[in-house]
Amino acid sequence: MPIRSAAAASLLPAADPVGRPPSDARTAFRDSLSVGMGFVPLGLAFGALVVQSGLDWWWASLSAAVAFGGSFEFLLIGLVVAVAPLASVAVAAFLVNVRHVFYALSFPLHRVTGRLGKAYGTFALCDEAYALASAEQARSWTGPRILWTQFFLHAYWAGSATAGALLGSLIPEGATGLDFALTALFTVLALDALRDLRGDLPTPLLALLSALAARVVLPGQMLLVAFALFTAGLLARHSMTARRPSRA
Amino acid sequence: MPDTTYAIATVLVAAAVTWALRALPFAALAPLRASSTVQYLSTRMPAGIMIILVVYCLHDLPVTEVRAVAPLVALAVTVGLHLWRRNALLSILGGTTVHVLLTSTVFTA
Repeated sequence: MPIRSAAAASLLPAADPVGRPPSDARTAFRDSLSVGMGFVPLGLAFGALVVQSGLDWWWASLSAAVAFGGSFEFLLIGLVVAVAPLASVAVAAFLVNVRHVFYALSFPLHRVTGRLGKAYGTFALCDEAYALASAEQARSWTGPRILWTQFFLHAYWAGSATAGALLGSLIPEGATGLDFALTALFTVLALDALRDLRGDLPTPLLALLSALAARVVLPGQMLLVAFALFTAGLLARHSMTARRPSRA
Repeated sequence: MPDTTYAIATVLVAAAVTWALRALPFAALAPLRASSTVQYLSTRMPAGIMIILVVYCLHDLPVTEVRAVAPLVALAVTVGLHLWRRNALLSILGGTTVHVLLTSTVFTA
């Protein structure tokens, strides 16, 4: 019953770190605020789109709280409206979210203790949580601080999706382009991560080339191909630089 | 309109697949954590992955049409604001506002 435990686990980080000093929650709130606020326009757009597509408002809340994967949820609206078979939904979810496999390489889950903590830490491992917790400045973050940050991001997303669905009808007709919030969010996270690299230019260049190559070669599977190319490129570069000292 | 049971089932299916993709690789990759290769990857992947996600967001950019200007201007505003003030909220709101204004008024599809 993975689903029921997922829903249950989502309630737990609030209870789990409670015995510890409250500063974890407070610092996590501050950590989550800037990026998390990027969720708000996006969540509003998602909720509004759900209602505009003819689905009930609570479906936006359910999807935001339980599926919790922003980009796929936008896609899911279309699948539900088209009454796509559940197998198709599963395949689409796999293809869009398979990128998360790569996050296990650097997300600091080893600092999160307890089965419930780890369950929630992986359940709420969205792109933004990965970016925040894997950044250089997060090296000192404790497990509870990581979980609290994820919890706040989760709460912003579910809250703004619900608000968007309830207020959807108030958004003026013809106002479009709110979806850019997702692009802006990733842009900001990319710039912050780039600063951690301190002038390591080949890495962003390799990522950019991988993305563009994937876009041209296999646009339908762009994310998967781009991540695979990028990882392969980094591995090749590492094996070349690692061998160099022995040659000298 | 799809019936309620089906609409709930889609969310549960999506959640199960997504959670599996997020959780299972940790078990598979745990023994590799100490390797220098994984450490090399883990310092470089966050920046690269975010860049790939930005390109992905812009992947249906109509490069041959004038309305491609809106996301590009908004992107420039986001980057400019962020390099200037390093305030994520300001950069995201600024870029998104510019995009909404441009697509809703100047470059209506």
